[in-house]
Order: sequence, then C-alpha cells, then structure tokens
Amino acid sequence: MNEQSNWLAACRVEDAIENGGVCVKHGEDQIALFYFTRRNEWYATQNECPHKKQMALSRGMIGSTTDEPKVACPFHKKTFSLSTGECLSGDECAIKTYPVKIENGTVYIGTTPKS
Amino acid sequence: MKEPQIIVIGNGMVGYKFCEKIRSKTSSFNLVVFGEEPRRAYDRVHLSEYFNGKTADNLSLSTENWYQEQNISLFLNNPVTKIDRDLQKVYTANGVDYNYDILVFATGSGAFVPNIPGIEKEGVFVYRTIEDLDLISSYAKKAKTASVIGGGLLGLEAAKALIDLGIEKTSIIEFAPRLMPRQIDAAGSDMLKSKLADLGLQIHLNKNTTSIEGDACISALKFSDDTALDVDMLVISAGIKPRDELAKACGIEVGPRGGIVVDKKMQTNDPAVFAIGECALYDGMIYGLIAPGYEMAEVLAANLCEGDKTFTGFDMSTKLKLIGIDVASFGDNFITEPDCRTIIFENKHKGVYKRINVSNDGQYLLGGILIGDATAYNLLLQTSNNRIVLPENPEELILGARGGSEPAGGAGITGLPDGALICSCEGVSKGDICSAVADGSCENIDDLKKCTKAGTGCGGCLPMVKDLMTYTLKSQGKYIKNVICEHFNYSRQELFDLIHIHELKSYDEVLDTLGKNDGCEVCKPLVSSLLASLWNEMILKKGNDVAQDSNDRFLANIQKGGSYSVVPRVPGGEITPDKLIVIGEVAKKYNLYTKITGGQRIDMFGAHLNDLPIIWEELIAAGFESGHAYGKGLRTVKSCVGSTWCRFGLHDSVSFAIRIEERYRGIRAPHKFKSAVSGCIRECAEAQSKDFGIIATEKGWNLYVCGNGGSKPQHALLLATDLDSETCIQYIDRFLMFYIRTADPLTRTATWLNKMEGGIDYLRNVIINDSLGMAAQWENEIENLIASYKCEWKEAVENPAIRKRFSHFVNAPEDKDPTIEFVEMRGQKRTAEWKTV
Repeated sequence: MNEQSNWLAACRVEDAIENGGVCVKHGEDQIALFYFTRRNEWYATQNECPHKKQMALSRGMIGSTTDEPKVACPFHKKTFSLSTGECLSGDECAIKTYPVKIENGTVYIGTTPKS
Repeated sequence: MKEPQIIVIGNGMVGYKFCEKIRSKTSSFNLVVFGEEPRRAYDRVHLSEYFNGKTADNLSLSTENWYQEQNISLFLNNPVTKIDRDLQKVYTANGVDYNYDILVFATGSGAFVPNIPGIEKEGVFVYRTIEDLDLISSYAKKAKTASVIGGGLLGLEAAKALIDLGIEKTSIIEFAPRLMPRQIDAAGSDMLKSKLADLGLQIHLNKNTTSIEGDACISALKFSDDTALDVDMLVISAGIKPRDELAKACGIEVGPRGGIVVDKKMQTNDPAVFAIGECALYDGMIYGLIAPGYEMAEVLAANLCEGDKTFTGFDMSTKLKLIGIDVASFGDNFITEPDCRTIIFENKHKGVYKRINVSNDGQYLLGGILIGDATAYNLLLQTSNNRIVLPENPEELILGARGGSEPAGGAGITGLPDGALICSCEGVSKGDICSAVADGSCENIDDLKKCTKAGTGCGGCLPMVKDLMTYTLKSQGKYIKNVICEHFNYSRQELFDLIHIHELKSYDEVLDTLGKNDGCEVCKPLVSSLLASLWNEMILKKGNDVAQDSNDRFLANIQKGGSYSVVPRVPGGEITPDKLIVIGEVAKKYNLYTKITGGQRIDMFGAHLNDLPIIWEELIAAGFESGHAYGKGLRTVKSCVGSTWCRFGLHDSVSFAIRIEERYRGIRAPHKFKSAVSGCIRECAEAQSKDFGIIATEKGWNLYVCGNGGSKPQHALLLATDLDSETCIQYIDRFLMFYIRTADPLTRTATWLNKMEGGIDYLRNVIINDSLGMAAQWENEIENLIASYKCEWKEAVENPAIRKRFSHFVNAPEDKDPTIEFVEMRGQKRTAEWKTV
C-alpha cells in the first residue's frame, strides 16, 4: 500500500449511514463513503459509476457476493468490489478505492487512491 | 529475430474475432489492423438495436484499450488502397505503406445496390453500418412513407427499423415470389406475409423496380408491371456484395460473381494471402452469417499457430425474431418428395407454420422450417445435425406429445451426444457446457456465459444452454429451486410466509433470522417489498432505507444525470384548476420540466436531491400526496369522463376510479400495477390494457384482470360481469392479495397469470368461488393495509432524521451535485446526454 499523507476529514461517524453510503465532497471530486456496519468495515471509492459516468455509487445498495463486499450502482446495477474496485458484472472498468481510518469519532479518507 | 507481421484488412466482426483467436493462442506475430470505418469493430448482427436505445458503445465488441493491451496496432478511418504482392506491401489512404509476411482479407461485404435509374437520388439508403443508420434515422424524421427493396432477412430487419422510427406506411418490395427465399418455402412465406400485414407492413412480391422517380429527392418507385408506389424514402437491402475489389486489383483470384477464392485452409492462390468472413468464397459459396465467419477465423488462427484445422462448409441454419415473429430454418429445408417425406402443421388462426423433412425410412430428420413458433428449433436442429434416430411419431416434435406420454423436450436434451454443437457462434458443445456445470465452476447462467462463452454471440442458443445447465445440476442430485439469491435459500412466496410467521419488521432482522452473510441488491429490495406488503410501515424507517431500491430510498425516480422526478397523485386524473396552478408554480419555482404522463397525471423532472423535501412540503401544503410513481405498487387508475359529462356514459367512471385509486394507493406488490375505469363499452380509459380494468355495462361493471401494455402487450381477460360496485371491489381485494402473496419478484399480473396452471379459469375459481378458502383472510389483510395508509412523503418531510438523508454531500449539506447538467429544449430544460466517451 502506498504512503498516505493527505487525510481528508470526511464526517463524523454518526453522520455516516449504517450499511449504506454517503457522498463526500473533496474539492471538485466526489468520494463515496460506505459504513458496512454489518461487517464493521469502512470503504471509500470514487462516486462516479464508470459505466455511464453518473455520480451515483454512494446512493447504491451494498452487500456481498461470496465474501466480497460490493456496491451496486442504482442506475443499471453494475456491481463493484468495495475492497479492490474491480467490476463484478463482467465489465473491464474498475473504480478507484481509497483508504479509510477512524480517529476520535471522525472518519478520514486518504485521498491518494489505493487502486 | 523479428516477429513475422500479419496485416488484417478490415475491422468488422470476423476481423476482430481473428485477432481475439490469434491472441488467445500466442503473443508472437506483429498484428496490424486497418479499418475503413471510424470506429472499432461492432456487433453488426444486432445493428437494429441501435434504434432501440443501444449506443454505438454498447454494440462495440471490445473495450477502448483492448487492442493496445493485446499489442495490436489498430488504424481506423484508414482503408488500404493498394497491395503490392511482389514487395509484400500494403498502401493506405493516409499515404504510409506497411510490409506484411501474412496478409488477411477480412473486408466483409457491402450492400448490393442494383443499377436502377434514379438510385443516386436523395432519400435512398443502404443498411450496413452505424453511419447508414444515423443517415436513415435523420431522414426518417421528415418521411411519412418508406419502402425497402429486398424481402430477405436484412430487408425485414430494415423494415422493422423504419416502423420503429415512426414511419406510418412502410412496405417491402421483393423481386422473388416469396419472402426470405433462402430460408422459407412458399407456404411459410404466405404465413409470414399475413402476419406482417397484420402489423401494418405492406408486402409486394414479384415486383421488379424499374426506376426511382423524383427531382433531387425520391418521390416514387415504378415497376415493370406499370404500377407505381409513392414513397418518401427507400432502403436498399437486395443482398450483399463481397468486398473483393482490392484482392481483384492485385491479381488474387476471385469468383465470377464476386468473392475471394479460398481453399479449406482459407488460403488464396497466393500462399501468403488469406481471406475470411463474407469476402471469402469457399466451394462456390459466400457464407453470409456470423457463425461460419467466426469458424473461418478460428481455422486460420489455428493454422497460423501450427495447428491443423480445415473449413468444410457450415450449417446455415438460422433462427431469428422478425418484428416479434419467430422465423427459423435448419438443415435441408427445401428438400421435397420423393427425396423425403414432409410433415406439415399449419394454423392460420394463430399464424403458425411448421414443416419438417424426414428421411424416407422415417429414421432421421433432414431439415425444416418454422414460422410463428420456433420454440422447438434448438432441439430440431440438434436432432438433425447429430442424426438422432426419430421417435415413432415424429410429428410430436412439432405438435408436442399428446395422450399423456412424456414430452419430447426432456428426452431430447439427454439424447444429444456430448459433441453436439450448441452455440455455433462460439463453437461450444454440449460436453463443454455440461462439464463446466458438473465440475462445479458454474451454477448460474452468467457464470456459464463467462466461463464457456456460450450464448454470448447471437444469443439464440441460450434457452438450450439453460436447459442443459438445469439438467446437469439435476442429474447431480442438486435440488433446483427458485431461490432469491445466495443470501436466502427460499422462494419469494416462502419468504413472505416466514416473515409473516416470525413477525419480522426490518431487513436486518430478516437477514439475521432467515438468511446469511451480508445481503445484496437482489434480496434487499425484495425483502423490503415483502415487509411493506405485510406491515405497510414507513419504508425508510428501522434501517430499511438502505435496503430499498434507489427510487424507493429517495421516494422519487432517479433520472439520467442523477436528478429526480416528482409525481403527486391525481386520483382518476381529476384535478382542480387551483391544484393545476400549484403544480405550475412549484415547477416554475424549482425550475422543473413538466410533462403529462400516460396515467393522467403530471410529472415534474429535474429536481435536485436536496430540493425534494421542500418541493414536497409545498405540494403537501396544497393538498397533494405522494403518487408512488417510484414504488412497486399502485400507479394510477385512469378514467374516462363517464356519465357526468359524456352523452354515452353509463356510470360515473371518474368517481369509481377515484374510489379505487384511494383504496389501493401505497400498497406494495411484487411489481407496479395499474388500473382504469371506462364509463361505457367505447373503452376510452383503455381498461383492458391494465392489471385490472373496469368497464361499465347497462347492469353494472365488468371486471377484467391481468392485462398489460409495455413491451409485451396483452389484453386483460374478463373475470366477472355485471357486478355491483361493492362486489367489484371485493373481487379486486382478493385478486390483489392473491397476486401480492404468490407472484415471483418483479412479475406483473399478466406474466403471473401466464405462468399459473389452469390460467384464468383457475383464477376465477379462486377469486369468485373461493376455492382455496382464503378469501376472508385476504379481505381482512387488505383492509389492514388500507387502514394503515399514510402519505410517505408527509412522514419523510416531517421526520428530521429521514429528511437529513436528502442531501448530496455529507460534508456540505447545502451544496447540490455540481455535475448535474441540463440543456434547453422547446422552452424547458432537459437532461444532458449520457457522458460516455
């Protein structure tokens, strides 16, 4: 994993949606932040679905396939791995993922993508 | 050592497939591809889908980076102009020349354009490329009548495209005495012709076009029998012409009627030069289908990689759906007595024609033709190709078994040898499919498609692929059950009862009690719908908001670009002038696009997520409530004006429609449902196209059920006649609860009835005679749902926790999504196009 020097204070833990996503503004960029309460995991990805370039992934349903955490775009239900960003619907497009850490009840997103 | 260089001329489907095949075998060879069209190879077989919303991008066979990743140099918009075989060089339009060690022609074919005087006029088109389709589609806007010359497969496709483009009068001109002369016989053509005529297509057979009339633009066609036909545009689809001009110019041997002559290794008379696909002439024949083209690509690719494969002709069997009509031919379709015995079934009432040709000894199936119903196609094709010995009564193959014996279908699949070719586009055999399932790597159709590629070409074999998968799973002792997804091992109906018994109220409770792991986008909305159908609680509470489909989650329909639409309920389509003014004012204030919907209400588009609560607050204050346009539940009850104003009206259809709409509003079901009430038999409210529809009679109301509009229209069936209002509502109560409890997910009432054993008679027995003894319980259940109705938008705007969710950025709640773009059109805004590259 690459060194993170830029941590964005995204929101308070209680502002995030349990088992769902919120969208975080980062300058001109938009990052989708998911609080997968059921697995006690946090994920962050680009908010844009690469399929039709819609700013929508934060509004998608999350879930898993076998054990892979995933998000489904609300537009056409393309699914992406939350951990690797890989498209699980057989397409070759992938999304960027970002590291997330929690400190003192604040959620931080590392703004240098993992993938 | 330098790698040998292969130059491929042509970037069509076969050229692309050749590159894919070569690269799947080896990374050696420098591969260079020249294409004349401006875009990467695309799916020409499904070209017509371009008119049904598919984009050029959707049709593309590869991703943008594919050629680069595969280390293939692709030059688009750069046709090869000349070839020097002595120097082994090609010269291209951009002035650069390239050396080759191996040269492959995959130039395909162009449209054959007959030399008719006036052919150069404006408004005359061919139907081959995406560019052709763009030209046709823009010209069609000003055309009212159109003709297609050519009644073959492509001609019929083109005619369908013209109908889809909204041309009022479309006709087909065919020189031969029958349609699709290569595939079907005269009797089949008659059947097809009458079915096409029903759809408004005029068919002219035996017509020889002698001239195209008009000044600059086409205005009419003249024929050799001195008749004429006025048309505004013309599409030529009179056959294909192999693109052999380059080959011919450099001295490669071509056939007398065109086509680059190749041997069984796809080699031309120059050992360094090959041809594949529709430009190649093998054994005196051009193979104008995709599957043989792919096979040629495989043969050549294998031989270049030191394999040893030969092309020995190809089965030209085809099955397609033309304008919704099945047409198929297979094997030796035209063989006649005394060389065989034919069995013919014809049903003019239903528009079905089936012919099979059986060997004189009754042992083997030689070929056949199917019109109107081609469900038996795959099995018949396999029976004929694999020389499977026919059953004693071969007519059962096309009629189905009668007299209680086993239907031919099941035995048919098991009887196929492992080598039987199931997917001819990708060359996948029965053995390949069954072993992919048997070794456990594939248990659903998507995995199977990914792993074997079966069904990824034309898709025609998919039903058989599914049957083989089910058959293999069953034979391994796996219980095939219609389960929801990997998280719930139950059908929808089972889950409904279990949630009811355990009194579960939230998605997480359901998952903890009845499911496993973390859920997904399939089971979440399904369980949410069941919870709503059972308990009718506010759908965004108890953590259920994140288990809703996106439209339900934000109580609005998400639109292209990410904005939402707002649809207040207008029961029965009746609205006061004051309320109309409120809608106008709200739309103006929040800059919304307005449109009258098909369900007699008004849709306001283009609302930002952040604005939804305040928009609804204003609408609710003016007396509106949610229209549930986003939910799987009751949409609208359409009505005609009825006896209050209409001189023909028998009863007050508006009042009854309002009563019904207010009774069932907000109830969640497996899918959306619609209704209508007509005040007399003129049926202005179109009640027979609804999930339940009511038509006034002299004595009361007639109740129709399970109709559908949409892509597969189906007339509703008469359930009961001359009902009084109370009985009519009682029957609808029972009908709806039966549907809500038993239908599969996302199944409309029409499909639900189609799958129901016993059909409408059974349904009538359940609803009217209470044959299941459930009527009282259902009536009680629906009363509870009706009593617990609340406007969910009212609850949403009044609940601060829910209201907080309606903002785009969690860290900038006031900011709207800056990427949403609108453009202006006819004095209103509309959403910008998809931002695809």
